[in-house]
Amino acid sequence: MIGIVDYSLGNIQNIKNALEKFDEDYILSSRKEDLMSCDTIILPGVGHFGEAMKTIERLGIKEDLITLAREKPMIGICLGMQLLFEHSTEGDAGGLGLLRGTVERIDAGHPVPHLGWNTLDSKSAPLDQKDVYFIHSFMVTGSPDIIATAEYGIDIPAVAQHGSIIGIQFHPEKSGEAGLDILRTAIKGGFL
Amino acid sequence: MIKKRIIPCLDVKDGRVVKGVNFVGLRDVGSPVELAKRYNAENADELVFLDISKTQDGHDLMLDVIRETAKELFIPLTIGGGIKSVNDIRQLLNAGADKVSINSAAINNPDLIREAADTFGSQCICVAIDVKYDEARGDYYVHTHGGSKSTDIKAFDWVKRTADLGAGELLITSMDHDGVKEGFDIKFLKEAVGLVDIPIIASGGAGNINHFVELFKETDISAGLAASIFHNQEVGINDLKETLDQEGIEVRLS
Repeated sequence: MIGIVDYSLGNIQNIKNALEKFDEDYILSSRKEDLMSCDTIILPGVGHFGEAMKTIERLGIKEDLITLAREKPMIGICLGMQLLFEHSTEGDAGGLGLLRGTVERIDAGHPVPHLGWNTLDSKSAPLDQKDVYFIHSFMVTGSPDIIATAEYGIDIPAVAQHGSIIGIQFHPEKSGEAGLDILRTAIKGGFL
Repeated sequence: MIKKRIIPCLDVKDGRVVKGVNFVGLRDVGSPVELAKRYNAENADELVFLDISKTQDGHDLMLDVIRETAKELFIPLTIGGGIKSVNDIRQLLNAGADKVSINSAAINNPDLIREAADTFGSQCICVAIDVKYDEARGDYYVHTHGGSKSTDIKAFDWVKRTADLGAGELLITSMDHDGVKEGFDIKFLKEAVGLVDIPIIASGGAGNINHFVELFKETDISAGLAASIFHNQEVGINDLKETLDQEGIEVRLS
């Protein structure tokens, strides 16, 4: 059973569609007791880092998410990945602090958002040379846990994994069959 | 490096694809879902559905189209046409759209761009701009309502303003080139790209594969959009991308 964290931010329909496509049962909830009964937690999210953290704090689930990540595999997708880190300049807000590193606006001399299909460079075979769909204006910096990047003038951190905590910057649920394979691998424990 | 995107655009009215679609072997050429599948198989990078319904019932049917398409296809989906409010955008995103494209409503109420970007994030707000050169006034001007109404807004000014208001992407259609099939409006697009640091999708004028080669070689445009040449199979998306690849332009190959 997958638990999708419901904090009313962003487009979770496509993550649900992907899970249905590979017959994974899921629930959508912001209640700790519901999520604790799941095998893996997905933290979705699009939009603004500062606003997302405000919503998480208003719902009173920040500590619950930190507890969940200690006990369950957690996969953060897009903004959900960024929330796993310590801080973002988007809204000058603290994150969940589950992974070391901060989030800053992309400064690569190319258009922002970094939008479209880009190729992953990784030592992990399920990720390496896969074309996946990115759409984001901020990126992780200073993380020792980056296991895949995409070249955009600079190396854009694409996947982070530390133990059973996984962050995916692109949208695996929007990256065709390659993306679905990556999401499936993440749910099965990841890329290390 | 990020790939140049090839995007087919489908006109949808009351939940059905209405014009110019001529796929051989497709059981239901009016079904947006069937066509979306076809384009997915051809390796399209993204799909745009332009909702040209005139009624609220028609727009509501679009939500069903998005839901059904998003269940079967796992590539990005942009919806444009008739979007007037943050609430309209919310409904489309909740149904499974990845981006929305706002056109006339942004001209009538530019704050909608900012409000939408603040609510959902810039990355899902695409502003569509229809431009036409005005001989008498000696400059490019913005048109609305499918290009039928002219405005007093200079196109280059609007390009800059929409980016400042928080648009995450622009879809620029050159009305002078649209349907003529003699190539994209390289001159306008080249200048527009220099004005903003957000991605731009070029539309209007593609008639053959070489027009896309020209677009990506002559400008820093991020994506090329076309409708009839893909629908009529004058240009196959796989063939197009293979040629672009041979020309040294980075594209996503199957």
